[in-house]
Amino acid sequence: MISADTTLKHYFVNHEQQFDAAKLGMWLFLVTEVLLFAGMFVAYAVYRAWHPEVFLQASELLDWRLGALNTIVLLASSFTVALSIHFVQKGENRKVLVLLLLTLLCAAIFMVVKYFEYTDKFSHGIVLGAGFDPHGIIDGKDYSKYNVPYAAQFFSIYFVMTGIHGVHVLVGMGIFGWLATRVARGHFSPQWYTPVELTGLYWHLVDIIWIFLFPLLYLI
Amino acid sequence: MSDTSHNYLNAKKGLWSWLTTTDHKRIGILYAIACGAFFLLGGILATFVRTELGAPGETILGQDEYNQVFTLHGVVMVFLVIIPAIPGILGNFVLPLQVGANDVAFPRLNLASWYLFMAGALMAVCGWLFVGKVDTGWTFYTPYSSGASNAVLWLTSAVFVAGFASIFTGLNFIVTVHKMRAPGMTWNRLPLFTWAIYATAIVQVLATPVIGITMVLLFLEKLLHIGIFDPALGGDPVLFQHFFWFYSHPAVYIMILPAMGIISDLMGTFSRQHVSGYTFIALSSVAIAFLGFLVWGHHMFVSGQSALSSIIFSMLTFLIGIPTGIKVFNWVATMYKGSVWLKTPMLYALMFLFLFTIGGLTGIMVGVLAVDVHLHDTYFVVAHFHYVMMGGALIGLIGGLHYWWPKMTGRMYNEKAGVIAAILVFIGFNLTFFTQFFLGSKGMPRRYHDYSEFLETFPEFAALNMTSTIGSYILGVGLVMILIYALYSLVRGPRATANPWGACTLEWTHTETVPDEHNFHDTPLVTRGPYDYHLADDVFGPKKES
Ligand code: HEM
Ligand SMILES: [Cu+2]
Repeated sequence: MISADTTLKHYFVNHEQQFDAAKLGMWLFLVTEVLLFAGMFVAYAVYRAWHPEVFLQASELLDWRLGALNTIVLLASSFTVALSIHFVQKGENRKVLVLLLLTLLCAAIFMVVKYFEYTDKFSHGIVLGAGFDPHGIIDGKDYSKYNVPYAAQFFSIYFVMTGIHGVHVLVGMGIFGWLATRVARGHFSPQWYTPVELTGLYWHLVDIIWIFLFPLLYLI
Repeated sequence: MSDTSHNYLNAKKGLWSWLTTTDHKRIGILYAIACGAFFLLGGILATFVRTELGAPGETILGQDEYNQVFTLHGVVMVFLVIIPAIPGILGNFVLPLQVGANDVAFPRLNLASWYLFMAGALMAVCGWLFVGKVDTGWTFYTPYSSGASNAVLWLTSAVFVAGFASIFTGLNFIVTVHKMRAPGMTWNRLPLFTWAIYATAIVQVLATPVIGITMVLLFLEKLLHIGIFDPALGGDPVLFQHFFWFYSHPAVYIMILPAMGIISDLMGTFSRQHVSGYTFIALSSVAIAFLGFLVWGHHMFVSGQSALSSIIFSMLTFLIGIPTGIKVFNWVATMYKGSVWLKTPMLYALMFLFLFTIGGLTGIMVGVLAVDVHLHDTYFVVAHFHYVMMGGALIGLIGGLHYWWPKMTGRMYNEKAGVIAAILVFIGFNLTFFTQFFLGSKGMPRRYHDYSEFLETFPEFAALNMTSTIGSYILGVGLVMILIYALYSLVRGPRATANPWGACTLEWTHTETVPDEHNFHDTPLVTRGPYDYHLADDVFGPKKES
């Protein structure tokens, strides 16, 4: 047992200490992530407080149905991740593999939907920064009516926040892919599954941030 | 002790083994080399700045060059020296030893932090050298920065990248202190240096992400004109200042708290006395860490923020004086009735006490709303923050380096040279910066390359500036002297013993002269506090009569 124990680093006394350390480290990392987004939420709050009417109006241009779809997709993925942790603790690695791949799939769907949302906006002149110039008529909405002062700020905030969130989703996809290959090679056991657990924590945070972004940007 | 003894320095050989090391002690040395080099660069730039101001009129730098030089000086000193140096060098080297751990919790992350830091540093310096000169000051205020040359992009990315290095270092230390203490190392037996680094780590983890996102937004503002900070596009420059200072005021505690920790350890060791008010010093670090988050608005009294917020920020700023004062009084009390041993590290501890007190008190002065409206953006502020950043943080670092030098290198430096250099530094520093209090209170503005236009009303500006410049040269000579005798000691210095200062903390009592690669041969069992000299007879004999 001891000779095969390559997962315990020499500077830790035992697995428990190592696991606790890793978990605390991950929680701290998540705190920094929250603060990173907090800066953007503050920018959002400030501009919304100054120009509430513009924000209300501009948010009409975001398709809440697509946003809601993505919310459901992400919630589902959080569920599959939670289940994968449950099963890795029981050593049922086949199920873990399936669940991780399902999570990866959900994340991919999320990104595809975002891709269509973004390109749709871009093609009507709604871009990040100086080129902002809404035009065209979609769903009976005349986009050029939305070319008002501070609408650009709304979309700047929209693109920056969802963009950085999207980067987090992409990173998550990479990690899930990597985890899946490790599960397939039988790297995890009920004694040692730290990476699965930590990735789960990370993924829940990505999910929670979206839960805040969706109503703030799409609904109100 | 012969060179053949097995220790962390000779455990593995070759440059590659250093560049891929995960040993916290070696990573500390890597930081020492890097920060030393940046300090030299920043110092040379400072010499240019002071030389330009030495005499009225344009001497060696034109107006634009002057702005560029002081900007790079500020960025290098703040982001590449004072913020990373103490946690990076001494935190890495000493903290795991002091808590009795074999390494930090995440050694590979630790090495990654160093590389991130170096990447940030290279971006800053190369961007400045090859892409274009930046003249916004280290604060990057919009709209200066959104309108400045594209090299701002490099500098802001550099700050972003180096910021992550700082976050990861802090994260590592928090987890190490929580989870990896040796048996018996309870929280109230942690050495005060470790406490201070721990409090610093909290600030690093909580504040740095905000500067990270601020730099991202500034980057996008510059590249794509997103209109968040740039008033020309409907953005709000004051929002930038809020974001910037929400990080950068806490960052001044990232700079000073570790130095305070060093001073606490020095006071204990060189007074041969239990550090008075141990609990108060430890907890005041944590208090400073949290209060530091509530006072950023004192940099913005004249920015157009509301009068009410200015008043609140001003009052909160006074509060910070309390935990700071607690520390100062406890240090003094530690020396009182102790047997003070005036070795070089202790000279720096005393120097810190003197200079930092001046810096802190003038901080309270500029924290007074009505006073600051006059002093803001004058040399008074420059003098204030040099007293705290250089007189406090940097002097603390130098003292700490002298103290832990025998442990890091296994050699002693020349004590006499140490004392002479310390005296030069002290005289030079005060000549340089005390004069600036006079200049500032008379209204000499900062960030001007020439002051001839003021000479008619204030003829004394010429003499004061000249004195300041001469002082800076003396300071420079003192610092170069330290570098020389340090390098000399590496080659020729007499060999140190395992505990030359008779200190009581684990890094001195439980390791070899130069620690082994894995720190301790056996996990230490801690049975007493860090400054319990009366209980430590077993380790280094009965207390000597002085
Ligand atoms: C008792 C503690 C302190 C108080 C009450 C205090 C207060 C202040 C105030 C009110 C200002 C703004 C002045 C102005 O711009 O008009 C200021 C500036 C500054 N302080 Fe302090 N301070 C304290 C300690 C420190 C420490 C420990 C450091 C660094 C180690 C520091 C570094 C700075 C810097 C860098 C600036 C100038 C920033 C700039 O505009 O470039 N301060 N301080
Ligand atoms: Cu401040």
